[in-house]
Amino acid sequence: MKAYNLIKEIMKTLKNIRTILIMSFGFIVYSQQTPAPLQKEVLTISGATAHIGNGEIIQNSIITFENGKIVAVADATTSKIPLRGTIIDASEKHVYPGFIAPNTTLGLVEIDAVRPSRDLDELGQFIPNIRSLIAYNAESRVVESLRPNGVLIAQTTPRGGIISGTSSIVQLDAWNWEDAAIKVDDGIHLNWPESYVQGRWWLGESSAEKPNKKYQEELESITSFIVNSKTYGKSTPETINESYKAMQGLFRGEQKMFIHANGEKEMIDAVSILKNNGIDNLVLVGAYEAYKITDYLKQHHVPVLIQRVHTTPEGDDDDYDLPYKLAKLLVEEGVLVALQSSGQMSRMNTRNLPFYAGQVVGQGMDKEKALQLITENPAKILGIDNSYGTLEVGKSATLFISEGDALDMMSNQLIKAFIDGREISLETHQTELWKRYTNKYSNK
Amino acid sequence: MKKTLFTCLLLISVATSIAQDYFPTNSGLKQENNNYTAFTNATLYISPNKVIKKGTLLIQNGKVVESGKSVVIPDNTIVIDLNGNYIYPSFIDPYSSFGIPKTKKVKWENGPQYESKREGFYWNDHVMPENRAIDRFEYDRKKADELRKAGFGVINTHIMDGIARGTGILVTLNDRLNNSERIINDSSGQYFSFKKSEASRQSYPSSHMGAIALLKQMHYDAKWYADGHAKNKDLSLEALNTNKSLPSFIESGDKRKNINADDISDLFDLNYTIIGAGDEYEAIESIKATQSKYIIPINFPEAYDVSDPYAIKYLTIAEMRDWNQAPTNLRVLSKNNIEFALTTFKLKKISEFDKNLKKAIKYGFDKTKALEALTVIPAAMLGQSDKVGTLKKGRYANFLIMSGELFDEETILYENWVQGTKNSINSLNKKDIRGTYTLTTDEKKFDISIAGNINKLKATVKVDTLIYDSKLSYEDDWVTISITDKETKDVFNSTALIEKNHSNFSGILILPDGTQTNFTALKKEEKKEEKKGKQKEEKNSDVEIVPLTYPNVGYGYLERPQKQTILFKNATVWTNEEVGILTKTDVLVKNGKIEKIGKNLASGNLLTIDATGKHLTSGIIDEHSHIAATSINEGGQNSSAEVTIEDVLDPEDINIYRNLAGGVTAIQILHGSANPIGGRSAIIKPRWGADAKGLLYKDAPKFIKFALGENVKQSNWQSYSRFPQTRMGVEQLYVNYFTRAKEYEVKKLSGKPYRYDLEMEVLVEILNKERFISCHSYVQSEINMLMKVAERFNFRINTFTHILEGYKVADKMREHGVGGSTFSDWWAYKYEVKDAIPYNASIMAAAGVTVAINSDDAEMSRRLNQEAAKSIKYGGISEEEAWKMVTLNPAKLLHLDDKVGSIKVGKDADLVLWSDHPLSVYAIAEKTLIEGAVYFDIEKDKLQRAAIKEEKNKLVKLMRDDKDKGVKKKIPVKKQKKQFTCESL
Repeated sequence: MKAYNLIKEIMKTLKNIRTILIMSFGFIVYSQQTPAPLQKEVLTISGATAHIGNGEIIQNSIITFENGKIVAVADATTSKIPLRGTIIDASEKHVYPGFIAPNTTLGLVEIDAVRPSRDLDELGQFIPNIRSLIAYNAESRVVESLRPNGVLIAQTTPRGGIISGTSSIVQLDAWNWEDAAIKVDDGIHLNWPESYVQGRWWLGESSAEKPNKKYQEELESITSFIVNSKTYGKSTPETINESYKAMQGLFRGEQKMFIHANGEKEMIDAVSILKNNGIDNLVLVGAYEAYKITDYLKQHHVPVLIQRVHTTPEGDDDDYDLPYKLAKLLVEEGVLVALQSSGQMSRMNTRNLPFYAGQVVGQGMDKEKALQLITENPAKILGIDNSYGTLEVGKSATLFISEGDALDMMSNQLIKAFIDGREISLETHQTELWKRYTNKYSNK
Repeated sequence: MKKTLFTCLLLISVATSIAQDYFPTNSGLKQENNNYTAFTNATLYISPNKVIKKGTLLIQNGKVVESGKSVVIPDNTIVIDLNGNYIYPSFIDPYSSFGIPKTKKVKWENGPQYESKREGFYWNDHVMPENRAIDRFEYDRKKADELRKAGFGVINTHIMDGIARGTGILVTLNDRLNNSERIINDSSGQYFSFKKSEASRQSYPSSHMGAIALLKQMHYDAKWYADGHAKNKDLSLEALNTNKSLPSFIESGDKRKNINADDISDLFDLNYTIIGAGDEYEAIESIKATQSKYIIPINFPEAYDVSDPYAIKYLTIAEMRDWNQAPTNLRVLSKNNIEFALTTFKLKKISEFDKNLKKAIKYGFDKTKALEALTVIPAAMLGQSDKVGTLKKGRYANFLIMSGELFDEETILYENWVQGTKNSINSLNKKDIRGTYTLTTDEKKFDISIAGNINKLKATVKVDTLIYDSKLSYEDDWVTISITDKETKDVFNSTALIEKNHSNFSGILILPDGTQTNFTALKKEEKKEEKKGKQKEEKNSDVEIVPLTYPNVGYGYLERPQKQTILFKNATVWTNEEVGILTKTDVLVKNGKIEKIGKNLASGNLLTIDATGKHLTSGIIDEHSHIAATSINEGGQNSSAEVTIEDVLDPEDINIYRNLAGGVTAIQILHGSANPIGGRSAIIKPRWGADAKGLLYKDAPKFIKFALGENVKQSNWQSYSRFPQTRMGVEQLYVNYFTRAKEYEVKKLSGKPYRYDLEMEVLVEILNKERFISCHSYVQSEINMLMKVAERFNFRINTFTHILEGYKVADKMREHGVGGSTFSDWWAYKYEVKDAIPYNASIMAAAGVTVAINSDDAEMSRRLNQEAAKSIKYGGISEEEAWKMVTLNPAKLLHLDDKVGSIKVGKDADLVLWSDHPLSVYAIAEKTLIEGAVYFDIEKDKLQRAAIKEEKNKLVKLMRDDKDKGVKKKIPVKKQKKQFTCESL
């Protein structure tokens, strides 16, 4: 290919993407995108297919938002409401509520292999007083990379130990962690012990998983910590115990306890022990075998943040598509479920959250229902559904416009995105490099 | 009695004077005993296939003088009338570490050790052919006793440590003699394995494929040394050469390693005897094809404890089948006419040998074959048929005296004679008193039934139907029974001397009131015939064996998929050719190829698949994967060109099946990225059910993995002693290796003697453009560097894999002519991928580079169609071009595009039928074909799921039932399945 043809080829390629406006400026900013200012003018998105996030869809919609709140959502074919403010013509395009990513470690690590960039896992077994929010790096390049895919809200969660600490919910366009927070200290994360553990291969044992002899002992230590925390809260103590103190929100029902567990036995143990000790707001995270105990989960009103859709089955004999359909199996049984992305390379993979929902559609779930798995359902589970998760009047204007179906990588192409009505940049460190090097070759 | 005692004493004196005829004696008078001993009236097995009824065995001075029907018995003969008892040659265990102290494990130290710590020996400390078992041997009386009880008379032993282990010794299990007489052969053979020495920390080889390469190189070097070309002294190679003519044994480890062992054996004409692993039945075709001899352990898997329903889930169907099927191994081997010996190797306790062998016989293993596998075959393997294994004239007087046929449940081993020395296991004179008796006193009639093991008899005493407590002892011909009435606590004590020729026994009985009377217990007649019939019936109905599948794991097929003639009707066909995407089109598959593409093709009687609304594409090709292999990295050295993934393919990896379910039909299994020069690739088609060699892509081009960046510098873990530690060093390492390779080739072509070097051979292939490099790469500087190095040596890099900063040097890549095989959107996991962008594929493609999207991950590989679709999102590639990134483009990069990668008449019928647009996240692969055979079918998959559930239930039930027989159970464990990536060590 001659240089001229090469340039032509590149230009042709680029024309396909309507979002590129500033290519020719060669404008390179080599840092985090500047957070958008507050919404000043009224905006109306007109003509788009609106995916409400609660299972409903409006083919030809009108959505108006003002001061960061949605003030109108209507079907243009049936209702005649005036189009207020600046009109964004989005015919043949799609509008979605901003996707919500629970159980992430966003902003706590920048590059896995670089230790100084890791603020993930503090020393200690029972440290609920450890708070992820204050370490959340609002300027992380990984964080900004999620936005062009529609992920606009996330729970940032510490890891490690038995009780790892306290998470918070953030929106992904902020100057600092205080700006980012939309729900501070929403939940405490408990890694439930496993009844089967890997052998200590470094001592010459087989690496296979075998019954955990200390399982009961570990459960007792959890019970003991909870009982002590609860007892501590009943008085005005003379000396402060920060760990016990940090647990009080759970007993008052203000915080949720996120139990990270996968086995049938472990999940049942966890729910029964915690409920018996006065913690009622429970969420299961991972929950690989939750599909085996759906009645139990319904009975105890326990929602699930199901393990990453894109994983391989745990057992060799499991259905090859079991991880793909776990969410569907639970929804069919009436369990409240949301998707999440923890696992290998979890932060960078969080931008694939919409495609996890798409994968569940491939398993035969209705598209709008699958969309709920990353919008309304996580909002409910995280306790932010009064403001986020659906396109409904009174809620935050945290939403985006996509060229096509946002659950499919072929057509997930964001044109505009808003957080609390603020139009955020869809540029990233990555798009900037893309443009820089595309320019390099086209200018050659 | 007296006579027996006398015989014993005599025999002891015989035993001490077998040899040592020129040794002075100071402890007494020196004299000889040249008396004979004759065993008459025996059912005499001279060899497994030669049985003499009422035969005579005549021995003298520890050797067989004569054996047969009419044997002349000299005057000075002690005659032992065996009264119809049986004589068998005693067993030989050809594989053990008997009498060799365990090798001490080397102390753990921080950081790897790359160099050898020895001087004057081979460069690798795991190669120790100079070791001699005789130097460390200490006769182990305790173990010898256990072995004799199991019927063994001779054992072969060696230092069971390291990859080359030196010579072993063959000894008799004769407690009374010393080593000078016990040792039959002090260099019984040479021993090898794939396992590293416990005594050394030297890193290389860190993988099984490295061990294979090391064994090969060692043999090449031995020849080089033998021809006198080496400049240094190497005691290891000298020993290897000295012992070249000895029988060679290699311990494999599993069924596939048997094949590796045979490959080495064939390459060097070594005629290895392979120590198998007991799982040969699962790969019997390939085992048979080796035409090797085997030594087979019989440590059958224990049943699992299936009482905890939560624990059952940890068991795979493959593990459960192992328990059920492994006892058939000997039968299967023998049915396939594979010559093998048995061994106690791998057993936790020697006493399990008898139990397990009987189990194998119950599972259909022939008794005569069993005896052969314990006598004549091991004797021949060790080249000692003229000394042991049979009771022919002149052989060692090593034999067993038994009450009946060998391997029958009821048969008792009385005596195990070794070199003419008697070892009493169960008294020959001790009568078998098992049976049912009636003991009548004035008041009561006791029914006494004596049963159990001959050494652990148990009595059950009943009066009418009421069971009384009882205690029984039987020692020195005296039997004592104590009976307690549970209600009244009355005790009846009896004791009696057993007489040889009577079936009843009589003695004194002390009644509860203290009175003493005489009694006689009358033996009831037994109906022997009936009992035997019953036993046989039990054998057949007792054993339920689930069928094997291809491969023998969950989702394996009962029959291997076959090529079919199939017509796909009315599909949307993604041709990847100039005609592009054809709608409502038919594709005919025949003889494994694409036969016809067109509209309205005649269907006739063909198997027709209605593909209306569906999409038919060529199969996905994954340029970079690490599934289906048991090891991925040989990181023991900075270059490992000598190893190949082809040696370590794992056709049972479930990821093969899962990849098929994701539409994958060809895969390059690459070596990892532990070193700048990695190992050779295996290009496979995921033919689920084929054996390791059957997976290989036929006549595939040759590839090797290279790697750059943080991994080869060992940046992210504690290792500071291996060159290179910087990217600067990486370049110099390549320059050094290629320069040496060039010099090597010059020498090779010059006709002068040269040391055959596996590693250099591979590098020369690269220089000669016969082998292609797929290089793991991240940042632009190193990518540029490697292209320049290649250009300096006049070849080109074929593929940069990962190539995450390829977009920064896409123009240079195009100029060099290298392709890029990248991830769609991975980044930020290491410092060197901070600038990785998902637009990489589209920028490189736009610059004219052939771009593929690969997985490097067992999860991603099953949905590469979606990863390809991401290049539409990131960079706006057209759908057809995006699709080619996982089909035609990787085919081009692998030089396979003449056969696969598009739908074109004459190309391989590697096809996928999708439920939807193949780039859509919603699409599901419904059928995956490789060369016209359906390897995945979503409907069949449903049946497989149901079948797995059903079989699991059945096996759980079988295991549960097994518990009732009091067999020890194993708690289920969950095996850690290794999922490899580049970085897996």
